[in-house]
Amino acid sequence: MDHGLSILLVDENTDRAALIERGLHEAGYNRVSIIRETKGVLKKIEDISPDVIVIDLGNSSRDLLEHMFLVSRTVRKPIAMFVDQSDEQSMYRAIEAGVSAYVVDGLKKERIKPILDLAMIRFKAFEDIRDERDAAKSALDDQKLIDRAKRNLMNAKGLSEDEAYESLRKAAMAQNKRMAQIAEAVMTAQSLMEQCDDRT
Amino acid sequence: MIELNVGFVPLLDASILIMAHEKGFAEEQGLQLKLMKETSWANIRDRLSVGQFHVAHMLAPLPIAQNLGLSPLKTHLIAPFALGLGGNAITVSQMLYGAMGESISHSSDPAKAGAALRAVVTSRKAQNLSKLVFAVVHSFSVHAYELRYWLAASGIDPEDDVDLTIVPPAMMGDALATGAIDGFCVGEPWNSNAVAQGLGEVVTTKASIWRSSPEKVLGLRKTWAEDNREKLDTLLVALHNAAMWCGSPLNRDEMARILAKPQYIGVGEKIVRKGLVGNIQGDQTQSDFLIFAERAANFPWVSHALWIYSQMVRWNQCQYSSAAEKIVSQTYRPDIYRQALGPFGVSLPGGSSKVEGALTETTRVPASGGPLNLGPDGFFDGIAFDPSDIKSYLTELGRDIALHNR
Repeated sequence: MDHGLSILLVDENTDRAALIERGLHEAGYNRVSIIRETKGVLKKIEDISPDVIVIDLGNSSRDLLEHMFLVSRTVRKPIAMFVDQSDEQSMYRAIEAGVSAYVVDGLKKERIKPILDLAMIRFKAFEDIRDERDAAKSALDDQKLIDRAKRNLMNAKGLSEDEAYESLRKAAMAQNKRMAQIAEAVMTAQSLMEQCDDRT
Repeated sequence: MIELNVGFVPLLDASILIMAHEKGFAEEQGLQLKLMKETSWANIRDRLSVGQFHVAHMLAPLPIAQNLGLSPLKTHLIAPFALGLGGNAITVSQMLYGAMGESISHSSDPAKAGAALRAVVTSRKAQNLSKLVFAVVHSFSVHAYELRYWLAASGIDPEDDVDLTIVPPAMMGDALATGAIDGFCVGEPWNSNAVAQGLGEVVTTKASIWRSSPEKVLGLRKTWAEDNREKLDTLLVALHNAAMWCGSPLNRDEMARILAKPQYIGVGEKIVRKGLVGNIQGDQTQSDFLIFAERAANFPWVSHALWIYSQMVRWNQCQYSSAAEKIVSQTYRPDIYRQALGPFGVSLPGGSSKVEGALTETTRVPASGGPLNLGPDGFFDGIAFDPSDIKSYLTELGRDIALHNR
């Protein structure tokens, strides 16, 4: 199935753009173009004459893009950013998801809505993947920090591994902090002591 | 505590909003401001329009353009409070500065700089060289109108003799460095930052082109204002107090320290301070470069909105009509400013519109709640704007380019 619409994706993030492009292909949209930089975007728009332009809301070039729509004589003028101005809820959701889209005049909203919905879902999915990755990375960093602090306590105070862990845990409970924060404080204190020792 | 989401773009003229939060003026009124930094004005407009921001730091022409149907969104916006006067400058690349010659060094006179630029434009045309490219921050910005005003009054046709493009404020320096543009009009600290990096030189300032001229406003949805009038009134009190604090020279060091933080502007304190003091061109200091509170800087003059509209018509962004003029007048809301701040003894002018560019010196005007000093506020070419007669004003301005090119 080919929906026949030409779609231009403007996204600085290659991975995310690929994710959305794949989704669009699977849904039967075969005329999808991607550009990463806004440099040369006007030329690209002239060349492919897109019906829909989807752009990352965080892209700092949106002001330039809108300026081009305003002044260009060679580009078909996109009218609205959203399918239906009266549908405030869907506008809100699109912006929340970080998507904005420009649609050329005369297109029926039924034809655009699936594209915007798909872009929104994929944007959201991409964010979730990134959040999970960041969370996993930070958990790993935390564990490393705790292990190091634990070893330091074992060496400096002659504690067993369980005792060292327990003392970190208790301090975290008492001060209402994360164990990684306490571990960091232990490491800082340790290095300060070493500096003082060096000086004497 | 009532939480309000506030969108802003990293610029010195966001100071009143930032200080209202940092210095406790908002908290005093029971408000918690959640400041959210944005990189594009389109984002500010969109997130405000759908309600993710309650209020925002906005280019004064943005709510006007939106209400006139010139924006992709249709939500009706209003501006009940101005966030200051002045604050922009025009910077050119080292190459262009060199070409403009000795006559403009150590001067911020727009007429001199304009004449020097015109000579360069003429000579490039004779040599068949490409047009110079100037950038502003948005199609609907006072930057766009003051740059065009300066060019036109200097005999340079902004539509034909140069190319105009759009670059976000913080990226102006980079665009100059890569040679993508030859000059720009932007708010501080982005001129001083480019100069500090050796990328360009300031040739004139907004305050030199039009003294005490409008720039940013507090923008919000009309429906939100109607449903949350009490919250809005207390916010205006907080912003008024913050503006008074920002306006005091004693607080500049502390302001610079706060604004320099990465969550706000993220540029060195020394550079931030330049715009606050008005020292952005060589050793000179322009004391009214950026005004936060004096000269009724926060009053939303309907004549400011109408001047902006006159420029939209002048540069063919829209047609003149009396219906449109009415929409523009009603976008600025001095009535809300009066009702919110009158009870606190804030000086309120007798009228909400004035002839712009008519005051050659500081003038005491009749006001309730204590004396009010306005001006000086002249345009550098000496033409004044009478908001009651936009058509004659445009005819008068139209002669600018024609006279020079005769």
